[in-house]
Amino acid sequence: MVKLQINGSKRELDMDPDTPLLWAVRDGLQLTGTKYGCGIAQCGACIVLVDGQPVRSCITPLASVADKQVTTIEGLSADRSHPLQQAWIDNEVPQCGYCQSGQILAAAALLTSKPQPSDADIDDAMRGVLCRCGTYPRIRKAIKKAAAQNTKKQES
Amino acid sequence: MEKIKLTRRDFLKVSAASSGGMLVSFALPASAAPETKTDTPAGFSPNAWLHISSDDVITIQVASAEMGQGIMTGISMLIAEELDADWNTIRAEFAPASKDYYNPLMRRQATGGSTAIRGFWEVVREAGAVAREMLVEAAAQEWNVLANICHTEKGAVFHDASQRSLRYGDIAELAASQPVPTSVFLKEPEEFVILGKPMPRLDTPLKVDGSAMFGIDVQLPGLLSATVARCPVIGGQVRSYDASKAESVKGVIKVVQISAGIAVIADHFWAANDGRQALVIEWDNGPNTELDSKAIYRSFASALDKGSDIAVRQDGDIKAGLKAASKTLQAVYTVPYQAHVCMEPMNATADVRTDGCDIYAGTQAQTATQQTAMKLTGLPEEKVKVHTVYLGGGFGRRGEQDFIIDAVECSIAAGKPVKVIWTREDDVMHDQYRPATYNQLQGGIDGEGNITAWEHRIAGPSILARRFPQAAKKGLDGTSTEGASNIPYSFDHTLVSYAMVNPAVPVGFWRSVGSSQNAYITECFFDELAAQAGRDPLASRLQMLAEHPRHAAVLQLAADKAGWNRTAPAGRARGIAVAEAFGTWAAQVAEVSIKQGRVHVHRITCAVDCGMIVNPDTIRAQMEGAIVYGLTACLKGEITIAGGQVEQDNFDSYPLLSIDECPEIDVHIVESTQPPGGIGEPGVPPVAPAVANAVFALTGKPVRSLPIRL
Repeated sequence: MVKLQINGSKRELDMDPDTPLLWAVRDGLQLTGTKYGCGIAQCGACIVLVDGQPVRSCITPLASVADKQVTTIEGLSADRSHPLQQAWIDNEVPQCGYCQSGQILAAAALLTSKPQPSDADIDDAMRGVLCRCGTYPRIRKAIKKAAAQNTKKQES
Repeated sequence: MEKIKLTRRDFLKVSAASSGGMLVSFALPASAAPETKTDTPAGFSPNAWLHISSDDVITIQVASAEMGQGIMTGISMLIAEELDADWNTIRAEFAPASKDYYNPLMRRQATGGSTAIRGFWEVVREAGAVAREMLVEAAAQEWNVLANICHTEKGAVFHDASQRSLRYGDIAELAASQPVPTSVFLKEPEEFVILGKPMPRLDTPLKVDGSAMFGIDVQLPGLLSATVARCPVIGGQVRSYDASKAESVKGVIKVVQISAGIAVIADHFWAANDGRQALVIEWDNGPNTELDSKAIYRSFASALDKGSDIAVRQDGDIKAGLKAASKTLQAVYTVPYQAHVCMEPMNATADVRTDGCDIYAGTQAQTATQQTAMKLTGLPEEKVKVHTVYLGGGFGRRGEQDFIIDAVECSIAAGKPVKVIWTREDDVMHDQYRPATYNQLQGGIDGEGNITAWEHRIAGPSILARRFPQAAKKGLDGTSTEGASNIPYSFDHTLVSYAMVNPAVPVGFWRSVGSSQNAYITECFFDELAAQAGRDPLASRLQMLAEHPRHAAVLQLAADKAGWNRTAPAGRARGIAVAEAFGTWAAQVAEVSIKQGRVHVHRITCAVDCGMIVNPDTIRAQMEGAIVYGLTACLKGEITIAGGQVEQDNFDSYPLLSIDECPEIDVHIVESTQPPGGIGEPGVPPVAPAVANAVFALTGKPVRSLPIRL
């Protein structure tokens, strides 16, 4: 049994501790918002947050996150109210949508560390998260829009 | 308003659903569709386009696959417009596999060739208009007034004189008992309140919280997962295998040989994957172990050397035209195989039972999927249900049947529902690739600098020869020559020819198909000729497009918006290209620089004329996406073959464009009242030549093969 803290709740999984976190959350916990894209940490579709840091769950053994807080797309907000989710909706970012969980979580980690990211910051944080549909221009716009929300909140 | 006669009214079926709502079905003459069953459960209406329930919710059956192109929203907009529906009450579902949902342009239920809006443009609007008219009749009957003094707006019927109104849900049941109109009014564009507006996509909310269900996410009671080891050499097969170690992996349930290789079936994916690693397989590598990319290009060149190409377009006399020219130019252009690499690797779920079969898949080909399952299971059509889910990218790849066959065969072997998931390596190494081609070009320029002669000889594989062999019997394949045979410039002498050469590498439809490579080849060689003639690329194109005003208009618009006549910023140059594909015209201007031996694309300005606009924001998104897709092929993408194997296997060896490499993209849409064109694919063809022409302008060296290597 591997004990896990995921999206605010405690779960136990009867899976091999070496199982990649990706397949543990998908097949063990039926949290399918985290996607398989490459299996070798090249595409970012599988990104989850571990203690707030973006982590490629496809190469992260389940056992390695045992005492840590894991957040998947399902746990980012209960009602799509996270500023990034709202910005994603307002800018109609997704096309096929498959990579978007990883995009949003990578962006969420970016905004936590850099609430007002520059274009170069966005490049650095997001270049490893691939989108075959080419939603990059809208991802950039949406991140900036969510960042602007941060500013407004701080001002008020 | 234009009164449309319902010539298909014999096929129109309207009946009350058990929920007390109204169904409108509009089948095609060829289909001889079965009668709508009146005992169909509420909300599920396999022979219908829309369902209006008594709580006002309007459920639309979308026949096409949603792979990101926004068709779920587009089709819903067409119906909602003619229905005068309240957009907030619209829900969309994926239609089951049924003849009722055949795309009129494809004569099957499939999504490809940018045909969804073009094919369904009239059919579904008529379905909406028929529903609206019957709702009006019902309200008029309820009020005992004449129908022609009632009007509809936002999901309700109004009788102004008495200031009365009824919501559609209130009268849905009564409407179902109205006679089916023999003709309906379709709106004129100036009456549109939904079409032409940037309506929010219906699928967006589900795609920001992980709840959109893709094929890989399908869950069923007792569902098993499988992965399949495939022979790495094209055309190879299993000679023998030892499954004992694999079978001892915890969670592995069964190892079985299927058509594609050795399937490991387990209670979850990672166990199947571990089992696959433990397999011991001896492959029979088959006849292609000597196949490599160089040999493939040589076979193409040799076909042209032998003169085995067949003319597909001849204007004037090319030999005389080239002879009479004061300058001629020859060039060889090549393009490599390209993989689709949808972000969601191929997968499908099948539940084969003795009493029926359910397929859950992100498929672009419902009809073919149903037929595949019927063939493999022996079950009749009515027992094979296809459940379409969201596609994590399609680009032509998901019109194939290989991943469906895997799932059906595994489910038969296991006697349980099985989800087969391809690894990314399987996906890259076992694709049906965009054809590699070899092209010999010759052009002639007269004494005044006019381009007068154009010869384009193409050698390469045929997609149709593999997919629809009947259509490629005469050695011709329109998908290999599209984008070349329809070159729009008014040369005096034109010859375009094609030699079909089919190496063992499987080829398939790849976003924008032949135009994806031919627009690059033709638009770049055109710039070479214009440079020889000392002419401006834009001016020389416009001069030769008198008979193609829509090409000229998008070129001019893109050029104006990009500031073509202003000098590019220091160190940068611009390139321009235009293409018509799938009934849509697109021109793009690329602004590029070269730094440290790498091409940087700073900006793409795109003008598009796709006829009447359904959803302008979707058109923008599709142009943006097509440009990024095309840039990967232009700057990075290359599938090569050695020893009969594909040499690339994941994103490290087949890299995609990333966000830091993505240019700024401006999209300008031409206002039009022409019938709608396609929008999923036409943004791809102009991008590679626009970039390559900019590189040519910067370096003076033509780019004659892709991806661009300086």
